[in-house]
Amino acid sequence: MKITRRNFLKVCGGTAAACGLSNLGIPNVVQALEKALAGNPPVIWLQGSGCTGCSVSLLNSVEPDIAAVLLKIISLKFHSTVMAAQGELAMDKMYKVAEDYAGKFYLVVEGSIPTRERGRFCMVGERQGREITMLDATIEIGKKAAATLAFGTCASFGGIPAAKPNPTGAKPVTAIFKENGIKTPVVNVPGCPPHPDWMVGTIAYALTKGLPPVDEYKRPSLFFGSTIHDNCPYRKYYEEGKFAGSYGEEGCRLKLGCKGPETYADCWQRQWNNKVNWCVRNAICIGCVQPNFWDEMAPLYEQTTG
Amino acid sequence: MGKKIVIDPVTRIEGHLKIEVEVKDGKVIDAHSTGALFRGFEIILKDRDPRDASQITQRICGVCPTSHASASVRTLDSAFKVKPPKNGRVLRNIILGSDYAWDHVLHFYHLAALDYVKGPGTEPFVPRYDGDYRLDEKTNQVAVNQYLEALKIKALGHELTAMWGGKGPIVQGMVVGGATAIPTREEISGYKERAGKVIDFIANTYLPTVYLIGGAYKDLFNVGAGCKNFLSYGVFPLDDKENAFLLKRGVYTNGKDYPLDVKKIKEFVSHSWYDDRTSGKNPAEGETIPLPGKKGAYSYIKAARYKGIPHEVGPLARMWITNPVLSKQANRFLGLDEARDVRMRDLGEKAFSIMGRHVARAEECYLVAKALGQWLDELTPGESGVIMKPVPKSGQGFGLSEAPRGSVGHWIKIDNSKIAKYQVIAPTTWNASPRDDKGQRGPIEEALIGTPVPDPENPFNVVRVIRSFDP
Repeated sequence: MKITRRNFLKVCGGTAAACGLSNLGIPNVVQALEKALAGNPPVIWLQGSGCTGCSVSLLNSVEPDIAAVLLKIISLKFHSTVMAAQGELAMDKMYKVAEDYAGKFYLVVEGSIPTRERGRFCMVGERQGREITMLDATIEIGKKAAATLAFGTCASFGGIPAAKPNPTGAKPVTAIFKENGIKTPVVNVPGCPPHPDWMVGTIAYALTKGLPPVDEYKRPSLFFGSTIHDNCPYRKYYEEGKFAGSYGEEGCRLKLGCKGPETYADCWQRQWNNKVNWCVRNAICIGCVQPNFWDEMAPLYEQTTG
Repeated sequence: MGKKIVIDPVTRIEGHLKIEVEVKDGKVIDAHSTGALFRGFEIILKDRDPRDASQITQRICGVCPTSHASASVRTLDSAFKVKPPKNGRVLRNIILGSDYAWDHVLHFYHLAALDYVKGPGTEPFVPRYDGDYRLDEKTNQVAVNQYLEALKIKALGHELTAMWGGKGPIVQGMVVGGATAIPTREEISGYKERAGKVIDFIANTYLPTVYLIGGAYKDLFNVGAGCKNFLSYGVFPLDDKENAFLLKRGVYTNGKDYPLDVKKIKEFVSHSWYDDRTSGKNPAEGETIPLPGKKGAYSYIKAARYKGIPHEVGPLARMWITNPVLSKQANRFLGLDEARDVRMRDLGEKAFSIMGRHVARAEECYLVAKALGQWLDELTPGESGVIMKPVPKSGQGFGLSEAPRGSVGHWIKIDNSKIAKYQVIAPTTWNASPRDDKGQRGPIEEALIGTPVPDPENPFNVVRVIRSFDP
């Protein structure tokens, strides 16, 4: 599917704004994206121990809309939830793309990677009679990728499957790569699920400028640079010592369990679902972009911070 | 011995599923369904704060997190002995109902339709099976355009979920004791405006297209019958005492209707990768001890049974049990006078099929979408929908709800204000279950028996049967 320059400007305008690229000047971004687009960068999207929630969130991308992302910006060669193919036809495709575009394609990983029982807690498919675990696929495809984008808290930090007592030995992408001597660079885009802008923005940045600057947890600083609490619209209540004791009460949500002070994300500004709402307005932040948040921030509905 | 066909992975579903069928003389004679993922939620939940369950269990399924939230907060309500106030009940209905509106659309267009409609010649629409695409070029193009339009409707529908859910997927707005939002008039009118567009798409695009595809694939009203037993927990309570549900509670076994008795639900594991000592238990007493590689087993899914008998769950089960009047599209499709009321059971045996499931899903989507408007009118702006209660020292309970794809139940036991036991039966535990201790096939396995497979290289009907369940 080809894209006209005019449409393209529209698509990129949205993307650029979404990820803060606009300060570079649109013409440069467009030029760079066009260049990257000449080959429509191939993407293999692998799902491990996850829930598909990251993919479902990606579908909510508004600017650019998801049809533009899927059909015009990237070439989605393998994604179990959307691809027409199934079975061996799908698995053959994945391995062939990894071979044909070795060192050129992007690998997206959604979900963590169970390592106990030789990885047999998550099997992604079968090829030539061989059962392929998520662990096998992450290693075999991961070492050939130009870069790996770990989408969601499971792929980034282990997420819920890795929460205590981590029954399946679930690990994030970085751990699997390190244990297997894989040098492919990894960018973590956590969130349970991540905001679509964080995913699309990271893809756009990678296609135009290379991998984005990241923090100590390999998260793009563009989206995960400061805490919810420091920017929260209800911060003034905190300063005044006014705390909500029930949902819907005026006040800072800290005593309802809000994890805003320890959570680095821009939800306060970006908001969710086309800016309809965000977690803190009617409830609390549970800290879903932080490493090990399921254990470290529990109990979620008790004050544990601030 | 017939020819073995392995489909691994089954794509365009939620999760990791493998299906193996044996084909003889052009028909499926045996089938095995393998759930290929174990994460251990029930083990992870142990010893945590009970309230965290409604967040943790949403991560079981990122397509239907709201349904798990719904089952979980109902479980906590029962263990905490609290009943949500009216706004809480209505808001929960609206948040979950919003998910029905976009999820059924997503299932039909983005998961199922590519088995009937030929997508563009680029990835992710190729490679694909060759052959049985029956729409003419023009109609096919219309359907492809609808695929793209439906992506927008999906995102818009999720805005409805988020209006009081906080965000979607994964909501913050449902908690034990009710729902957290205090709805404003401005939000209600914002919801109405968005819902209007979604309902318009469901009524005037999705529903007619399902019947159009049904017309082009008429033979698929005779394929994929399955066990013909149905179960529904009931969903969308219409009054605070839960005397009535929009989609009714009930069981249909061997051609007869029965009231639901929760004690008759049991899970069997002789063919699942779990310790045999845990087999045959009601989830209130259930345990989860994984044993990957156990001899004779072939799935991480346990076999959920009612009275020891396999039951299908999902839109077809709910619509069969509720038996509501269908849209006028149904009259047109059946060639019946539009003045007449056509009900789900008027479809007769044809309902027990691949196409019957798609029709039930689309009709249910329309039914729920229309109800959303009525529930909006029941909201009291400015009024709280939650009663805050402390975590009890001990207690137990269960909560039943219905995900778009089928019945979801959670069971809890609380000791020392912590979770002592938590068990979940998800929709796929019913539909995609393997054989039970008596050797009875699960509903998808059973539905595959007899499926025509004229071309084993391109087993269209096999994947059509599987996806008609929305596993």
